[in-house]
Amino acid sequence: MSNSPREPLRLHVPEPSGRPGQHTDFSYLHLFPAGAARRPPIDVAPADTADLSYALVRVLDDEGRAVGPWAPSADTALLRRGLAAMLRTRAFDAKMLTAQRQKKISFYMQCLGEEAIATAHALALEPGDMCFPTYRQQGLLLARDDIRKAELMCQLMSNERDPMKGRQLPVMYSYKRAGFFTISGNLATQFIQAVGWAMASAIKGDTKIASGWIGDGATAEADFHTALTFAHVYRAPVILNVVNNQWAISTFQAIAGGEATTFAARGVGCGIASLRVDGNDFLAVLAASRWAAERARSNLGPTLIEWVTYRAGAHSTSDDPSRYRPADDWEHFPLGDPIERLKRHLIALGAWSDDEHERTRKALEAEVAAAQKEAEAHGTLLDGHIPPLESMFDDVYAAMPSHLRDQLRQAREAEAARRAGKEG
Amino acid sequence: MARMTMIQALRSAMDVMLERDPNVVIFGEDVGYFGGVFRCTEGLQAKYGASRVFDAPISEGGLVGVAVGMGAYGLRPIVEVQFADYFYPASDQIVSEAARLRYRSAGDFTAPVTIRMPCGGGIYGGQTHSQSPEALFTHVCGIRTVMPSTPYDAKGLLIAAVECDDPVIFLEPKRLYNGPFDGHADRPVVPWSKHPASEVPEGHYTVPLESAAVLRAGRDVTVLAYGTMVFVAEAAVLECGVDAEIVDLRSLWPLDLAAIVESVKKTRRCVVVHEATRTSGFGAELVALVQEHCFYHLEAPIERVTGWDTPYPHALEWAYFPGPQRVAAALRRVMED
Repeated sequence: MSNSPREPLRLHVPEPSGRPGQHTDFSYLHLFPAGAARRPPIDVAPADTADLSYALVRVLDDEGRAVGPWAPSADTALLRRGLAAMLRTRAFDAKMLTAQRQKKISFYMQCLGEEAIATAHALALEPGDMCFPTYRQQGLLLARDDIRKAELMCQLMSNERDPMKGRQLPVMYSYKRAGFFTISGNLATQFIQAVGWAMASAIKGDTKIASGWIGDGATAEADFHTALTFAHVYRAPVILNVVNNQWAISTFQAIAGGEATTFAARGVGCGIASLRVDGNDFLAVLAASRWAAERARSNLGPTLIEWVTYRAGAHSTSDDPSRYRPADDWEHFPLGDPIERLKRHLIALGAWSDDEHERTRKALEAEVAAAQKEAEAHGTLLDGHIPPLESMFDDVYAAMPSHLRDQLRQAREAEAARRAGKEG
Repeated sequence: MARMTMIQALRSAMDVMLERDPNVVIFGEDVGYFGGVFRCTEGLQAKYGASRVFDAPISEGGLVGVAVGMGAYGLRPIVEVQFADYFYPASDQIVSEAARLRYRSAGDFTAPVTIRMPCGGGIYGGQTHSQSPEALFTHVCGIRTVMPSTPYDAKGLLIAAVECDDPVIFLEPKRLYNGPFDGHADRPVVPWSKHPASEVPEGHYTVPLESAAVLRAGRDVTVLAYGTMVFVAEAAVLECGVDAEIVDLRSLWPLDLAAIVESVKKTRRCVVVHEATRTSGFGAELVALVQEHCFYHLEAPIERVTGWDTPYPHALEWAYFPGPQRVAAALRRVMED
């Protein structure tokens, strides 16, 4: 035993390099040029993806060219569809942000800057597959033609046509028919449920796969770890998506455990094939999602993908990011804007133009505005056209038990008295 | 008909449901190859295969989370949490997810999940092998909480729970696994084979949820009890000579309010008995319901005989466990008022 004096121990509390009024040093991201990451066969052993979990799969270079082994075979029609899906998502978000400021809806969450991940991923899945999203994967729905925007807005407005009957906070959608699992306010819970759904598909000898979603901050929740363990143990046909947008409300990703490591590396540690992918590169998202889907569908087991992106907007309409990070941070984020990058690629291919871009953007904005008008015709929070009182007591159980029937009667009496009091 | 212990009756219920419904799957810690630490799933993996009955990692949150996902797919999972004392890591999945899935998705997704948990004390289980956490479930809207006291009810209630489209917390008093127990730890335990309720049909039958059973008819006072405490109450009644009516709730919540009210209105007195700790225990809800629905019929304050407001001790097991003497004393007290 040494008697020499020691330095006192110090608690390490990670800090982002950029606070308001400063500039973020993005060198912590460990970026690699487009085309540099290798593309292994889909039956790769999980341990052999260790290098890829610290690398970065990128397809689009700075000139908008698709380079390297991950460049997907995607015709321009599909890419044009993808670009439109991203533009639609952004237009929808912008419109709903305004609607919240006008008090037509109580709350909203944008996915500004993260549009490529959900929209390209949606194109890699097949009908019948099930996504277990967080509240920031609206692109999974907005990439589809069979979910009407007015229907989504009715949920946001909790009006008479709200498919969730006014029970849920705005953005907590549920669309079984679109493979979109009911969103919960409790973080990470869906990640392990996705694994269970995938296990069920395997138990029944089905060919459907599940896709679970989680943010960087929520990886610290216990359900993240249980999901990885169960997915590995039972070789579940699931894609485990970690959207690393660098921020969990005000908390930099280093506080979630991202300092000097990656979230993809967690997957390898649990025996899961893992990729770290440029989340703002539509082509890389499409290629990696297809790779993981093919792997799952071929009984080769789960894949974890860390999507590296940046939360360009506020966390929610209740948040002001200028209080904890530089106001111009997104402009300096090295992976840019997913829409601009795909636009540049398509223009370089001669399959798009600035003019077409503007026309499409305006047409989608008009489409969103028309959907809002249609949704508002069924009521908003402002005018009190909300679902009926019974909807509060229905669906707690499969059939309403006697104590809830009794409470519904009491609620009707109380509501009648409340309305009489208002009028009198 | 066959003679079964509660363990055999529970296993039979799972066997019947695995056979009848291809969507039924069973998993948990040690439930597969080994057949469960209490033997409740013995032989089921060999009979139905490892994709229907399988071992799981030690992760209660994972077990229930996986079951919720399977339920959303369309399966009907039966999950075992090895001891009720260890359900706490699964609280978020039970309360925030299983219980709310149907409501928050307006019926788009459901969680027809049954979560089995051995519970209760009287076995020198100490702090983490004896708890009765039912009040933590009865407070959660959207789930059902059930606890059998006999082999016949155990099988019928478990089949009903698995067939129910709501998530069910199925609490099994492990003190009753091998035989009824009346709280007299100093006397030899009688096996189930000597008890009429061990006559169990081998095939499919159900005991309906939300139905209580009158274990013993009486005129003087109603005892509301469930699990091990119904046998303790029975012993107490014989020992103190009070002609009590013992109502075994079977379904704790939602419950059979009509049976409770009918009995108390007849006897005009009520004693609530449970192993769980007193404060904010399920007994408080029972007392409140009786007070609300039977106030003008009551001739004495409602009594509660429960575990003390302490963690479950090891050495002082029988000073903690609400045995027949404590129940009998309460029965005498309510008759004096």
